[in-house]
Amino acid sequence: MASRLQALWGWFDSRMPSAAEQWRIHASEYYAPKNFNFWYYFGSLAMLVLGIQIVSGIFLTMHYKPDANLAFGSVEYIMREVPGGWILRYIHSTGASAFFIVVYLHMFRALLYGSHKQPRELVWIFGVLIYLTLMGEAFFGYLLPWGQMSYWGAQVIVNLFGTVPFVGTALAEWIRGDYVVSDATLNRFFALHVIAFPLVLLGLVVAHLLALHDVGSNNPDGVEIKKAKGADGRPLDGIPFHPYYTVKDILGAVVFLAIFAFIMFFVPEMGGYFIEHNNFIPADPLKTPQHIAPVWYFTPYYSILRAVPPIGFESLGIAPSQFPGVLVMGISVIVLFFLPWLDRSPVKSIRYRGGVYKAWLAVFVVVFVLLGYLGVKPTTVWGQFGFNAFFLDTKEVATWVARICTIIYFLFFFLMPWYTSRDKVKPVPERVTV
Amino acid sequence: MNDKVKIDKTRRNLVVATSVVGGAATVGAAVPFVASMLPSERARAAGAPVEVDLSRLAPGELGVYEWRGKPVWVIRRTKEMIDSLQAVVPNLTDPESKSSNQPQYAENQHRSSKPDIMVMEGVCTHLGCSPQLKTAEAKAEMGGDWVGGFYCPCHGSKFDYAGRVFRGAPAPTNLVVPPYTFVSESTLVIGEDKESKGA
Repeated sequence: MASRLQALWGWFDSRMPSAAEQWRIHASEYYAPKNFNFWYYFGSLAMLVLGIQIVSGIFLTMHYKPDANLAFGSVEYIMREVPGGWILRYIHSTGASAFFIVVYLHMFRALLYGSHKQPRELVWIFGVLIYLTLMGEAFFGYLLPWGQMSYWGAQVIVNLFGTVPFVGTALAEWIRGDYVVSDATLNRFFALHVIAFPLVLLGLVVAHLLALHDVGSNNPDGVEIKKAKGADGRPLDGIPFHPYYTVKDILGAVVFLAIFAFIMFFVPEMGGYFIEHNNFIPADPLKTPQHIAPVWYFTPYYSILRAVPPIGFESLGIAPSQFPGVLVMGISVIVLFFLPWLDRSPVKSIRYRGGVYKAWLAVFVVVFVLLGYLGVKPTTVWGQFGFNAFFLDTKEVATWVARICTIIYFLFFFLMPWYTSRDKVKPVPERVTV
Repeated sequence: MNDKVKIDKTRRNLVVATSVVGGAATVGAAVPFVASMLPSERARAAGAPVEVDLSRLAPGELGVYEWRGKPVWVIRRTKEMIDSLQAVVPNLTDPESKSSNQPQYAENQHRSSKPDIMVMEGVCTHLGCSPQLKTAEAKAEMGGDWVGGFYCPCHGSKFDYAGRVFRGAPAPTNLVVPPYTFVSESTLVIGEDKESKGA
């Protein structure tokens, strides 16, 4: 029997040797640093969630109807009448939030260990492109249940494009396919969500991995393991990805799936954070809900948008516009692309960086979380200052805090060339430490 | 390029020309795809005028009507509401509605052709949410100096009873007034006026 199988494999291998070759390049002979820690789970977990989303999405598509009159009902039909349908729906909705949690942690890992730095700039850039595509994918997907939040969220986001000077109105109509968010919008968002963006996402993931495997993985010490090779030409501090890290990642996947299943079965809406309460009310184009906010993973950027007041120049005949706010929000994401060049530190890992970078990174995390928190709340959440004429011209405490946080968010990036090059760094060891 | 290799200029020019033509064809082929996403003929035709029966609207009452998929408000303003329009002027961004969007017959302080009947699109000029009516009774929520008007739940813009935006709000301009006309004492048509009929 074994020889039969071997013969079959030989037959296959002689006709398509690249299959085994790819396995060697990317798994059994891909040498990864031996000192990976907890933070290195999130890359493989992101791939796992992508798989979960694709599979659950395919099965949801079998029952969902992308029609403004039927969409809301079809989601309720999936929840109540399709056997196991509620599991599929909650897998998909929990998966969306899980995707962002995992991706945010994965990106934070890069900031910790300098994984964005030379020679991994392209790995980082493909990663940011994945993040942007994921935001689009999540946004399109959120319209599909056609609830109140779906509808008004889409209305606000599409109108952001409407603020672009001169072409804005036409651009927003082109995106919606109508003068308001309507059936046409739902239909095209469905197309983009189930086929266009997933294809782009998969392509980018392949590019991300190829770019990574060409230069090799970074590690918590930020030491290039390719610099110390044995007589066999293999990195002394490297171990084959398979079986060492495949096994390690399986452990991560098991723990992750346990948490995922708990959320899915017991708190699928996460108290209104994963699925907002208003989204259980069918979309009503004539009535905006009392309080609308995007889903949690967009709220830091939403806070930044809200923090910028409309700006105009009456003397020049330019009416006040929200466009500057939209621009600032756009820059707050686009700036990520430039991170590899903004970071001028001679060392990669936070282990050997000085206190200045550590302090900035800590402040950045606090600011990002705070912006995210304020983004889910109305601007009146912390009341008003008892006195007027405070600098940054606002009476609302939350708006004031959001403005300060927005400024710090940008200072983290724009001052980075200055503070990273001046920071006191510790000597980096020749080899990785375990 | 090696000097010894002789380049066949004719062939190379043909390659360049073919690439340029191919590129142009690709761009041209993208046109129908991009164009297919524009509002369809059906969506364009859906903007038919809407008739409103004013006799059913009590003083101070707000009626919401759908025109072109947008909420259009018709409010029969009471005397107090009309009086409040003068009181709030110092707090407004654009009290004269100079940089706002309305037909000529609504370009006055009460922003309407008849002072008591206010017609406007219930769509915030900020990012398109629909504001809510907050009468003068809502002082607890809106602040002690609130004389009544509209409040946008999305980003906190405030408007008076003529849809004029208060200073410090994210909305850049006053609410849009759609074209409208009175066909009789108690019937209003939204989406059509003498100017648009003449055109």
